[in-house]
Amino acid sequence: MTGAASGKHDNAAARATILARVREALRIPAPMPHLAGHESEPAADGAGRPALTILPSEAARPWLPDGGNTPEASLALLEENLQKLRATCVRVGDLAAAADYLAGLVREKDWQRVAWHAHPLVEAVLAGVPCATYRVDAPETPFDKNALEACDAGITCCECLVAQTGSILVASSTCGGRALSILPHAHVVIATIDQLLPTLAEALDGARQRHGGRLPSMLSFITGPSRTGDIERILVLGAHGPKELFVILVG
Amino acid sequence: MIAPTPGGSTAHTPEGHAPAAASAKKQFLHDAAEHVRDTGRRAFVRKALSGYYVSRDTQKARYRDWEHARDAASLAKWSAVNQLDTLLPKFVANFEANGGQVHWARNGEEAREIILGLLKNANARAVIKSKCMTSEEIHLNAAMEADGYGVVESDLGEFIQQLRGEPPYHFVFPCMHVRRDEISDLFGKHLGTAPTDSPEELTMIARKHLRRLYVEADVGITGANFLVAETGQISITENEGNARLTVALPRMHIAISGIEKVVEHLDDLAVLLPMLATAGAGQPMTCYNTLYAGPRREGECDGPEEMHLVLLDNARTALLADPEQRDALHCIRCGACLNVCPIFKNVGGFTYGTTYQGPIGSVITPHLRGLADWNHLSAASSLCGACTDVCPVRIDIHHHLLHNRRNAASTSPSWLEKQGQRFFAFVARRPWLFALCGWLGRKTLPLAKALRPPPLSAWLATRDLPPAPEKSFRAAWKARQR
Repeated sequence: MTGAASGKHDNAAARATILARVREALRIPAPMPHLAGHESEPAADGAGRPALTILPSEAARPWLPDGGNTPEASLALLEENLQKLRATCVRVGDLAAAADYLAGLVREKDWQRVAWHAHPLVEAVLAGVPCATYRVDAPETPFDKNALEACDAGITCCECLVAQTGSILVASSTCGGRALSILPHAHVVIATIDQLLPTLAEALDGARQRHGGRLPSMLSFITGPSRTGDIERILVLGAHGPKELFVILVG
Repeated sequence: MIAPTPGGSTAHTPEGHAPAAASAKKQFLHDAAEHVRDTGRRAFVRKALSGYYVSRDTQKARYRDWEHARDAASLAKWSAVNQLDTLLPKFVANFEANGGQVHWARNGEEAREIILGLLKNANARAVIKSKCMTSEEIHLNAAMEADGYGVVESDLGEFIQQLRGEPPYHFVFPCMHVRRDEISDLFGKHLGTAPTDSPEELTMIARKHLRRLYVEADVGITGANFLVAETGQISITENEGNARLTVALPRMHIAISGIEKVVEHLDDLAVLLPMLATAGAGQPMTCYNTLYAGPRREGECDGPEEMHLVLLDNARTALLADPEQRDALHCIRCGACLNVCPIFKNVGGFTYGTTYQGPIGSVITPHLRGLADWNHLSAASSLCGACTDVCPVRIDIHHHLLHNRRNAASTSPSWLEKQGQRFFAFVARRPWLFALCGWLGRKTLPLAKALRPPPLSAWLATRDLPPAPEKSFRAAWKARQR
């Protein structure tokens, strides 16, 4: 692909120049940053390069916010974090109860049309929903952007939930593409309790293991409804993405 | 049709900066004096920041050990920056394997040329952008508008600044200096909306206006917060969802990133993403943290057909070549150092005249744009070290300001300063002369305060001097020892 750039720009030459500058610049090693003083001092390898005996991200795990040591503690943290983020989290016993909750939500909010994607969890919960529906991933036919924008809510599954931060991980390959979870005015996530993970580190690790060498083109951590503080640093929900976020936790 | 930029984004570019003074330094002094007198605006900015301090401290308290977490974040960036020669090609290979195309730009001009070429090849007309400081750095909007493309900034703060014809005031909070009534008037003028004093209603006006534009745009342009070497993904952090929409709906995605944004492991983001959010905006996590690996894949129902990444040097390798200040490239652009800086709070964001304001901007701008013209930024510091204390990746910011001062003094010393130092050295080596000068100073100080001769007049214009002591320090010390 390199070299296939626009018209007159010589991509290969620019690449060679920049990489040569980088190599030249790094000939003199930089000292380690000043640290607060912990044991994992990295030793230099044979070439005088930094060689960390333990990866910083691994060392950091006990220092970051707690994700809970037990499933119960993680669940409590998730619920607390989602509430602080002004998302709604409900726990239901089974898929039938989840479908009842969604039907109630559609009536309460007076939603006219909800968008969805093919997934067993989504389909089970969507059965008998009292409004029109719009599927984004119908085979052979791309969805209409304006039609999706006009939908009141997008219903998706998720890759996992993160207790530590109250985040929901969605992937373009498994959760209805890129737009479904961001374009409609509300987002409803259907998840099962076994999808709850304590920390971001485990969520990233899990995503990599599930998708192996073929990563989805988008992996997105959603942490609460869309928000902005750009006007006088005052929090407003629903800046561009969903104003409301619901997590229906089954099991 | 996407509305053209009213006012044009060239009106107040960092380099242009309205009434062009003889030098960046003169302009700085002029703008600083003006901003300092604007007590209303300063009080407004302080009030806007007061909520940030509370939420930042609340979120920091959720870390089991914030200081050690800073060590880890610092080490992750240090390790990546010092292995850039291997990690950069590794990232590029993985990014290309994911189906993305990489373009290398030695400077801003090349980057603009590459992007304009991509727009032309794609027959694009309308471009939607999410917040991207590297695009500000290379003055991309002005170049795209000159070529006839409709360009709209989608981040609320950037959208407001685009309508105002101003660059961002703060690289994380672009319009933090603008009051809601000014925004209401601005929207009334450009969008024809009714006046309101509700931030929520103002946000909804922008939401409604921009939603149509995401659907119509041909190309979406974003920045990148991290480039993950081991997976070839780029990570984009945002709160509003505008970047998600920018990368979901248009048929082409162009991302622009400095070469220093590489991290080695995906797992590094488990540390850096929450710390960026906490230090930058007092959040546990920014609302959307998204990893992109190439364009739409087979089997996915949407996404762009092409994904391009412009990797920008633009003198970053010059900073990389300075091992003493190389850690300035660890910066994750959280903006925490601006939010605590007494200079930033008093002189305001525009006074810097740079793309990157505040303490970190004062460190890196002399490297990116020349020490001779930009060293005055290193002097505009009280060296209090508040910036260094809050930096989540432990950049030694205030010492680097000192390093820049030293480098400037050794490369282009001022004749007067040199003579002054020489005179002081002469006096200080002769105890009798030192005592005599001290005695003279103590005796003549009241007279000097009354007559105010230059250069003392400059100091006394806004400050006072304490009364002269009766005895010298040495005499006082001797008396104390007895």
